[in-house]
Amino acid sequence: MGNVLVWVIWVAAALSCIGSGIAVISFTNPFYSALALIGNLASLAVLFLLASAEFVAAAQILVYAGAVMVMFLFVIAYLGGRADAPWAGGPRWLQIGAFVVGAAIMIEVIVALATKAGGGLSNGTEITRSFGSPAEIGRLFLTDHLLAFEITSIVLLIAAVGGVVLGMKTQAEGEAS
Amino acid sequence: MMGPGTTWYIAVAAVLFGIGTTGVILRRSPLIVLLSLEIMLNASNLALVGFSRQFASVDGQIFAICVMAVAAAEVVVGLGLIVAFTRRKMPLDVDTLTELRG
Repeated sequence: MGNVLVWVIWVAAALSCIGSGIAVISFTNPFYSALALIGNLASLAVLFLLASAEFVAAAQILVYAGAVMVMFLFVIAYLGGRADAPWAGGPRWLQIGAFVVGAAIMIEVIVALATKAGGGLSNGTEITRSFGSPAEIGRLFLTDHLLAFEITSIVLLIAAVGGVVLGMKTQAEGEAS
Repeated sequence: MMGPGTTWYIAVAAVLFGIGTTGVILRRSPLIVLLSLEIMLNASNLALVGFSRQFASVDGQIFAICVMAVAAAEVVVGLGLIVAFTRRKMPLDVDTLTELRG
């Protein structure tokens, strides 16, 4: 019974994830696209939870669906949400090519899965209760993966400085206005 | 509690990555290109989490969190560039922004 429930929730989350992904790239209004991406991130968080990645799911909701998407929505509101039809601009071959490339990547991975992986990929491995918990992840970040942790903090610092520099009024702009 | 196997996770990740690639190539607005990039990064995160579950190793989840931090940094710089374009009255269209073309 528990298995059936897990499957039902998983399939619903996967379908809503793919559906909102298609919505993101097909809405003409960027504001609606950003809202669809929030749905996409939320359903991805459900998939993470079902793979026993509790901390990643929480971070996904807090960092992505919360902070990053609010920033996106603010910028789109600031720009006035100009409509841009999915088919506007660009040569015809580029539009067809976009679908061909997207489908090629998808089919490549799925064919590789079907031919090579077979039944070898299963999540039957036994895991402990603390698998993916914040305590476990925090311990690993401060022991085995300390270098990655420190480099991430420097990347975030550089991005913050870059954001401020990009937002400053330049000399040329000051004279023009 | 036995849910879907890793194969299903990778299949959904592949479909999402394909959707993101299509969006990056198809759309002309840099805002939507950034949103599609987010979909691609999240597809890779989903594959990482799926494999991390399969091998019962938390390393994949650590990597997924690092990807999330890098994605946040990318969004900050990308949105900063888009706001700078708007303030200079440049068009928001990736096809017409060709000043750096060699």
